[in-house]
Amino acid sequence: MKHIIIGAGPAGVIAAETLRRTDPAAEITIIGSEPEAPYSRMALPYLLAEDIAEEGTHLRHGTDHFDDLNIKVLQDRVTAVKPANKTVELASGASEQYDRLLIATGSHTTRPPIPGMDLPGIVNCWTLADGRAIADKAAAGSRVVLMGAGFIGCIVLEALAARKVQLTVVEMADRMLPRMMDETGGDMIKRWCENQGVKVLTSTKVTGIKEKDGAMTLSLGDGSAIEADLVVCATGVQPNIDFLAGSGVATDMGILVDHNLQTSVAGIYAAGDVAQGPDFSTGKQEIHAIQPTASEHGRIAALNMAGQPTNFKGSLSMNVLNTLELISSSFGLWMGVPGGERAEAVDKDGFKYLRLEFDGDVVVGALALGLTQHVGVIRGLVQTKVKLGDWKDKLLQDPHLVMDAYLERTQGIASPASRPF
Amino acid sequence: MQKSLLIDPAKCTSCLQCEMACSFEHEGVFNPAKSRIKIFEFEHGARAIPYTCTQCAEAWCMHACPVEAITKNATTGAMEVNEAVCVGCKVCTIACPFGTINYNKDTGKVIKCDLCGGDPQCAEACPTDAITYVDSSWTGYERMQEWAVKTQTHQA
Repeated sequence: MKHIIIGAGPAGVIAAETLRRTDPAAEITIIGSEPEAPYSRMALPYLLAEDIAEEGTHLRHGTDHFDDLNIKVLQDRVTAVKPANKTVELASGASEQYDRLLIATGSHTTRPPIPGMDLPGIVNCWTLADGRAIADKAAAGSRVVLMGAGFIGCIVLEALAARKVQLTVVEMADRMLPRMMDETGGDMIKRWCENQGVKVLTSTKVTGIKEKDGAMTLSLGDGSAIEADLVVCATGVQPNIDFLAGSGVATDMGILVDHNLQTSVAGIYAAGDVAQGPDFSTGKQEIHAIQPTASEHGRIAALNMAGQPTNFKGSLSMNVLNTLELISSSFGLWMGVPGGERAEAVDKDGFKYLRLEFDGDVVVGALALGLTQHVGVIRGLVQTKVKLGDWKDKLLQDPHLVMDAYLERTQGIASPASRPF
Repeated sequence: MQKSLLIDPAKCTSCLQCEMACSFEHEGVFNPAKSRIKIFEFEHGARAIPYTCTQCAEAWCMHACPVEAITKNATTGAMEVNEAVCVGCKVCTIACPFGTINYNKDTGKVIKCDLCGGDPQCAEACPTDAITYVDSSWTGYERMQEWAVKTQTHQA
């Protein structure tokens, strides 16, 4: 059996390792387009902040990891998939035959259609090459404008602040993290950043960028302008699916996959940021471009590819973020469901916030700011659909009792029979 | 023979000796806030539950780590955080459905129970045998496994 995996990110690498464990005799090749050892984009901000060296971004340590597992890592770019004769065509002109194919090509950055967005002083923060470019240009004291305050923008924000640049953040939406935080949380994060000397402009559009003598001027929607030595664009990403044109693999925003992570073409699977698969909370097909989903997708796709039918119950949308040491997290349907109830505890001055959303007596989503201890139990509660019974009323009174509720309702080791007194 | 922590909440008097021992072993200070094991009290202390990582086999934290900072100790079976590799991204803290791997602001890394390399100080310190370190087959390990399976995102 020959397995080809397109993409050397977490989903691809975990799939390759799972295949090796499951099918010791299989031929396994990962095709990655970047001239790097397989690495984690998630680690780039820590490289920029100079917390780690480049090796620290690598998905696996030890130079012989892939050789030892007899996994071939090929540097090339797939230009087309031909299911009729089970081949992939490569930019180098070569082609590869497969029995099973996994597409784990991730996504690429996009820039808004604004005049001047192609200036050389504008960079993304997505690849190791981008990271090197930013490290080269973002010197202490330089004027840096960050476009976009979504999840990726906010991670980059942290790294840029660590480089002690003069930072201005421009976000189109009415708050920071519009897809991960509600107004209360987004506003708190904004105020936190401003308190630390970062300028944050929300509800603000960049309308054009011009360059003169190495310095850029960004025109804003309100008619004002800001100067920058470097512009970091973090306005969005899109799945890498263009090479699938004409392949018959069905796509929407990403590649549509079923509960086995299989695409519309038998024998072809997709995983990670490029896959639009079952969402645990809604049952719809969604893209969850997060590390845990990439990891779960990679593992489950590989089991199916190796002939071990494995059903995926769906990925849970969740995120955790550190914004200048203010830690925030989001889980599942944090925006709530029709007919559901909400528990909320807000401490604006203390920068603490916890919001739980219920459907009946089950937690279906949550937002948290300033919470770092035992935060994972929220995933536990959501994912196991634990019925909270009378604990729900206690949580409506005080959502911070979530860990107590979890222990009482799940571990079963706190039954009255086990009372010591 | 693999060993694991056996926790019997009925014997726990909430004396916090385990938290002190854990904190001292890992951080060099007696500070329950820095402990990897945590006592939760119910009914104003009438009932207490010691709670820590069960070192689950398909460890969520380990699989979610983007830089291979969490690995399994082949001798003890504990999932251990390599501080030099951990970048502090905290993905493991939301991925673990048991909430037993946590971010430590002082170091910028995550911390979890590592079974003290096979000599868990919490069990050593517990005066009532509410925490003991025994052969895995004796513990509530299976119950924990059952729970882990319930939380699984896939089924065979």
